[in-house]
Amino acid sequence: MQFSSFKYTSFLLLAAILLNGCTSTDTLYHWGNYEGLLYKMYNEPGEATPEVQIERLIVDIQKAEAYGKKVPPGVFAHLGVMYAANGNLAKAQEAFIEEKTLFPEAAVLVDGMILRSQNSYNSK
Amino acid sequence: MTYRYCKLYILLIVSIIFAGCESASTYHDNSAFLESRPRSIVVIPPLNNSIEVNASYTFLSTISRPLAEKGYYVFPVAVIDLFMKENGLPGPAEMNNIPLDKIRENIGADAALYIVIDDWGQKYQVLSSAAVVHADLRLIDTRSGALLWSGRARAEHSSDNGQNGLAGALIGAIVDQVAGSVIDHTYDLSREANNKAIYQSGFLDGPYRLPD
Repeated sequence: MQFSSFKYTSFLLLAAILLNGCTSTDTLYHWGNYEGLLYKMYNEPGEATPEVQIERLIVDIQKAEAYGKKVPPGVFAHLGVMYAANGNLAKAQEAFIEEKTLFPEAAVLVDGMILRSQNSYNSK
Repeated sequence: MTYRYCKLYILLIVSIIFAGCESASTYHDNSAFLESRPRSIVVIPPLNNSIEVNASYTFLSTISRPLAEKGYYVFPVAVIDLFMKENGLPGPAEMNNIPLDKIRENIGADAALYIVIDDWGQKYQVLSSAAVVHADLRLIDTRSGALLWSGRARAEHSSDNGQNGLAGALIGAIVDQVAGSVIDHTYDLSREANNKAIYQSGFLDGPYRLPD
C-alpha cells in the first residue's frame, strides 16, 4: 500500500517536472502573417499590396477565432488603414472600431483616424 | 525497494534545485517601471546608425510580438510610422524628436520605446560571413519622461558555425553569401535579439499578461 502510493507520487512528480519546463509557451494571441507582412511592406512592397494584406489579415482573424486565441493588438487598426488605402471607408472605420473595442488603449489614435478619414471623405 | 525510490527522490530534488531557470544576471531597478504601470507602448521607428538602410523597418517588424505577449497594448507600428510621415516627419531622425506631450495627445500611449541601432547586417569576409543585429532600447514614460527600462537587443549568426577545415569554411561562406542575397538573416536575428531583450532583461509583465 505504502509502496504503491510512493510510486504514484513519484510518477506525478516526474510528470509535473516534465510538463512544467522553464519558459511559458502559452501565447496570448494568434500572430499569423502580421509581422511577416510588416517586413514585406518595407522590404518587398510589391508583395504586400493593400489587397494582399487585407486578404491575409482576414484569414488570420478567422484562424484566431478558430484556435480560440485573441487577435493581436494593432492588427485591426492596420487592417483599417489597408482598407482606407483601397478607398473602402466603411470597412476601414469598422476595423478601427473593432480595434478600440478589443483594446480601449487604442481609443485616442483610432478616434483621430476615424475623424480624419471622415473629414477627408467629406471634403472630396 | 522503498530505499531505491528514496534515492530517486533525493536525486530529483537536487536536480530541481540546481537546474533552475536561466536568468539574466544583470540587475535592473524596477521602481520607476512599477510606479508607472504603463498599459500601452508606442514603438518609435528606430534611429539607425548602421549602414544597412532597411535596419529600422526590419527591427520594427519583429518588436510587436514580444511586447504584446509580455502583456502590453502595442500600437500598430506601420500605422504609427505612416501617421508620423503624414504629419510632416519624413524619417526616424525626426520621429525621435517628437515631444512626449504630443505623443500622449495624438497617440494616447502611456510609454514610448526608443531604439538606437548601432550595428546591423551581413558582413562578408574571405572565409566566413556573419550577420549581426545590435540595438539599444529605452522605455520612457510619456507623462513624466522617466526612464522605465533599458536593454540591449543583440544577436549574431556566423556562416562558419560547425564547419571544419578550410574547404568546409570556404564552401560555408560561399553558400551563405549566395543564399544571403535571397534570405535576409537579419529578420530572424532581429526576432531573436528582441525576444531576448524583452523576455530576459527585467521587462515587467503588462496588464494583459497579469491575472486580473
